[in-house]
Amino acid sequence: MRYQRVVLYLLLGTAALAMMAPLLIMFSTSLKPMDEIRGGSLFALPRAPTLEAWGKAWGGRDGGSGGLSGQFVNSFVIVFPALFLSVGLGSLTGYALSLWKLRFANLLFAAVLIGLFIPPQVTLYPMIVLVRELGLFGTVPGLVLVHVVWGLAFVTLLFRNFFQSVPADLMKAARIDGAGFLAIFWHIMLPLSLPVFAVAVILQFTYIWNDFLLGLTFSGRGSQPVTVALNNLVGSQFGEQEYNVNMAATMLAALPTVLVYLFSGRLFVRGIAAGAVKG
Amino acid sequence: MSHAEQSRPAILMAEGGAPAVRPRWRLAPMTAARIALIPAAVITIVCFYAFIVWTFVISLTRSRLLPVYDFVGFDQYRRLFASARWWTAMENLAIHGTLFIAGCTVAGYALAIMIDRGVRAEGFFRTVFMLPLSMSFIVTGLIWQWMLNPVFGIQDAVRDLGWEGFVFNWIVQPDRAIYTLAIAGIWQQVGLCMALFLAGLRGVDPNVWKAARIDGIPTWRVYTDIVTPMLRPVFFTVFVLLSALVMKSFDLVVALTGGGPGFASDLPARFVVDHILNRQELGLGAAGAFMMLCTVVAVIGPYLYREIHKSRGAR
Repeated sequence: MRYQRVVLYLLLGTAALAMMAPLLIMFSTSLKPMDEIRGGSLFALPRAPTLEAWGKAWGGRDGGSGGLSGQFVNSFVIVFPALFLSVGLGSLTGYALSLWKLRFANLLFAAVLIGLFIPPQVTLYPMIVLVRELGLFGTVPGLVLVHVVWGLAFVTLLFRNFFQSVPADLMKAARIDGAGFLAIFWHIMLPLSLPVFAVAVILQFTYIWNDFLLGLTFSGRGSQPVTVALNNLVGSQFGEQEYNVNMAATMLAALPTVLVYLFSGRLFVRGIAAGAVKG
Repeated sequence: MSHAEQSRPAILMAEGGAPAVRPRWRLAPMTAARIALIPAAVITIVCFYAFIVWTFVISLTRSRLLPVYDFVGFDQYRRLFASARWWTAMENLAIHGTLFIAGCTVAGYALAIMIDRGVRAEGFFRTVFMLPLSMSFIVTGLIWQWMLNPVFGIQDAVRDLGWEGFVFNWIVQPDRAIYTLAIAGIWQQVGLCMALFLAGLRGVDPNVWKAARIDGIPTWRVYTDIVTPMLRPVFFTVFVLLSALVMKSFDLVVALTGGGPGFASDLPARFVVDHILNRQELGLGAAGAFMMLCTVVAVIGPYLYREIHKSRGAR
């Protein structure tokens, strides 16, 4: 029995180390100056740790651009309105779909659910035309719009599943009291569903921040998100690669979502489980 | 605050608790509910379904840089099926999909079982295994591009340790590059599977375990013969989620291999985006996109049918 526990912990420890190793290596490399990288092993710890590479990743290399600071800010500028609008619209839709017995509600829900599985490539070109016709191509509002469109199905599903579990009596009581559609939503359902809101916000933040395809397609010079800029930064270097800068840039781009994950731990897991198992 | 008060909207309490009379100008609640669904309905009908039709229509034309409504029947599909790059991409989708789904499922289930044995520091292990999930596929792709780089990554590090002849250069080998995609993909998504399986394992009735212990059944046999069959719905969900991810795989391949060497690790998603955005082959890209949709329908259709059926039955 004892022996089995030891094996169990050994296996789990090895797995944990294997999962963490790439990140630890990245972090240690980002702290090394270039000559230490050239000479030494990937696994070697930095002998003279320096934040120089992080500075370059953020602010750009000497005399040139290429820092991620601008696009890092862009990502936030895109994420917050997109988050607010998509969670707002998705929650209202989920509420109307599940608690108000409307004709065609199930049909609409089925249509939305199917939408969750349509690869974005399939509707990419028509969407480009739509955004261009609206005069929003290459702008932040354009990117916000496409994120709201492609995020709708997921948020709706999340809220719809939650609201389905609300007792019908609660709705009846509220309606007998004369509360209208928005009053019930605002004063009863919203407070009830705060945990779901938290989950929706966390996951939408992660999805929108991590998006690459929509940023690549719809962003312009001034509205590029950090994922697109990161891929360009790493892919477009001539001559010797500055691995330390690349790794610092990569970790920088991952930092906001990693922090959200670490601080929201349980809600993140719950969101994934809710979006998946119940869906 | 009493229960009755709690269940009443505060706005009505202000009116002395009497049932509020609806002013004439206010919308009937059912009407308001219908209006609230308009944006979602418009987005769904236009941006999902009408746009699918539009893409299909474009795929029947000879459009290159811009859509030209000059119909040529299924010519673009003929070109697509005659394209070696497309078939490489489809084959890669099958290889990557199989390895990725199998790897994630097996490793995720194994991790979930180990954690479910009541280990200490469970929270720590869960956090570590799920950490990559919070990162973008671009980040994952770049991380693994460096780890797999022969000059600088794992191969070099192992050689430094003394195994001079060690070779692990799949990422630059045309016939091996596609396998590196599964390595990075599994690293990223194994935590999702673990979380889902763990939730499933925690949902197993404790009496099952008690009964098995009384009967003297070894732990591993309880897992193989009793628990695993009970988790069939979870396996199904995991499969559907991972397949959906595989179909959409675009970022990961762009950041990890760029589809290379050559087009050796290309995927349909990348083929389509490349033809629409860079190659001015709109018609061909649209045909590829439509074939992607057909693949999704074939794999996920049964799941959707079940889900929609279930939600109807619940009413």
